[in-house]
Amino acid sequence: MLEAVDLACERGGRSLFRGLSFALRGGELLRIAGPNGSGKTSLLRIMCGLLSPTAGAVLWGGAGIRRLREEYSRRLVYIGHAPAVKEDLTVAENLAIACRLAGLAVSPREIRAALEKFELSDWPVKRLSQGQRRRAALARLLLSQSLPLWLLDEPFAALDVTATRDVEDLIAAHVARGAAVVYASHQEARIDATVSRLVDLVAAA
Amino acid sequence: MTAQSIKWFWYASPQTFYPVAGVIARWCGTAAAVLCAVGLYMGFFVAPTDAQQGEAYRIIFIHVPAAWMSMFLYVVMAFWAAVGLAFNTRLSHMMASALAPTGALFTFVALWTGSFWGRPTWGTWWAWDARLTSELILLFLYFGFMALQAAIDDRRRAERAGALLAIVGVVNVPIIYYSVQWWNTLHQGASVSLARAPSMAAMMLTGMLIMALAFWMYSIAVTLVRVRCLIMDNE
Amino acid sequence: MLAAVRCVVYRDLLLALRRRSDVATALLFFVIVTSLFPLGIGAEPDLLRSIAPGVIWVAALLSCMLSLGRLFAADHADGTLEQLLLSAAPLGVIAAAKALAHWLVSGLPLVLIAPLIALQYGLPAALYPVLALSLLLGTPVLSMIGSIGAALTLGLRGGGVLLSLLVLPLYVPVLIMGAGSVEMAAAGLAPDGQLLLLAALLIVAAAFAPWASAAALRISAE
Repeated sequence: MLEAVDLACERGGRSLFRGLSFALRGGELLRIAGPNGSGKTSLLRIMCGLLSPTAGAVLWGGAGIRRLREEYSRRLVYIGHAPAVKEDLTVAENLAIACRLAGLAVSPREIRAALEKFELSDWPVKRLSQGQRRRAALARLLLSQSLPLWLLDEPFAALDVTATRDVEDLIAAHVARGAAVVYASHQEARIDATVSRLVDLVAAA
Repeated sequence: MTAQSIKWFWYASPQTFYPVAGVIARWCGTAAAVLCAVGLYMGFFVAPTDAQQGEAYRIIFIHVPAAWMSMFLYVVMAFWAAVGLAFNTRLSHMMASALAPTGALFTFVALWTGSFWGRPTWGTWWAWDARLTSELILLFLYFGFMALQAAIDDRRRAERAGALLAIVGVVNVPIIYYSVQWWNTLHQGASVSLARAPSMAAMMLTGMLIMALAFWMYSIAVTLVRVRCLIMDNE
Repeated sequence: MLAAVRCVVYRDLLLALRRRSDVATALLFFVIVTSLFPLGIGAEPDLLRSIAPGVIWVAALLSCMLSLGRLFAADHADGTLEQLLLSAAPLGVIAAAKALAHWLVSGLPLVLIAPLIALQYGLPAALYPVLALSLLLGTPVLSMIGSIGAALTLGLRGGGVLLSLLVLPLYVPVLIMGAGSVEMAAAGLAPDGQLLLLAALLIVAAAFAPWASAAALRISAE
């Protein structure tokens, strides 16, 4: 489904990785491992289409994602480092807008359910703590269950034990549904055991 | 056909282009010096004195070719920018970046010599004449391009952002030119148009064309030297 | 696609509503700048009447340009711009929607306030419709061309000043046609030609600027 062919990335004159190739099918979990600064975020962004690789290509269903543009973006959800929520809006408003922009139809009931699941009150985001904002960003996952590809950058960062377990369960459930999930993490997590593929960026440098 | 297209992309590699650029630069530099000497001699000694404007008009032998080059170089710069964006070749972007300072120089020369022409003709150092105003805006466009590229640290982003700006600019240049022309007619007032140059004797036209050719050779030479410097920086 | 436009415009308007002071400051800038000219030049009625179209237009231009900083910078800072880049609608449509929202917040109020400023400058009331129409046609063009500049200078140090250098030369035709139309009307001639040219600029900008902004956003986001 998702295929990386001979990817290379150079940032700030430094080569992060070269000749990276892997394939990912539905129902598989891929973990990108490596210490800070090894290029995990860059690789994820290349897989989203936000960054163009110095060499190589990413293919979705055999076609290059550069050519697919929106057709590819429509199939994925990317949760990066930044919470990507507007401070002046409430959590519910943020979720509603994010889903509508992604082309997903969500009802207010589903949004409320997502808020409850992640134990968030419908406050303006600027009143939330760092961890709560992270949970607000991840709440999107509950509403993106129809999307076949999840790309998560450090999903467990800034989360407490309960929230981490919730997110791990979400990921596992989504993989069980036949979707593909890619996550980058430099810490160990319980879900690492079920990983189908591992991309270790230290080795690929 | 395939063999030809392979050959182009072979030259698109900075390493192969480096020596070629050096050779072309040397030839064009000599040509520029020769043509410039001939052109200036024709302009300042051979061409007849103008009935209305006396000797002062001779500055157009520098002013008009400089103005032509300033606009021509902008178009060439935009061309290389477009090629760079379309084919993702670094050398094309380097060409565009190398052309900008020369283009800006000719724009400045056109403005400066235009000012020297205006002084004896109208008694003022600056007049909001249509062409001078257009040249002024063109100068800002060049400066914008150079400033944008200088402000971005990441080389790749700098090249591509500058390229996009150059393309947007080149589309706007005719629009700006015509709107300034119209503006000038609206506010006619005391302006004598620089465009109304003395009726061209064949000698004057030849002189200007030779100077234009000289400036063109100079531009090629200087741009290629700059591209060589950029290639060296990149290594 | 239309749903995406509605969503983005709604979002930006909601954000502008929650941060009303930002919007108000831009409008105040317009009013303050136009008040400065009589102080600098002198309050002679004939002089003011003759410079009014130009002054109002230049102030509108500067005010629009100042507010361009808000167009993409906030989204870039909190990471929502990446999500916009990954949305289901074409990026050109998203960029157009953002420019539209920007115009509604920064350009349209200027159109509504301009007659008041014209009154201060002693411009005859018969010219108000032409002034308002020229601003109505011209300010969207300013927003759209400005969005290209804002996208190119995203996150750069030189920020606002660099943006002005890039964008002001491109604004010149709009300024000439806009102010020129009012001056033509003031001289008793029909301003139709200039207004039609403004409309043409608007159509061309609407057709091309969103795609240029989208390309610029992709370049800047890398």
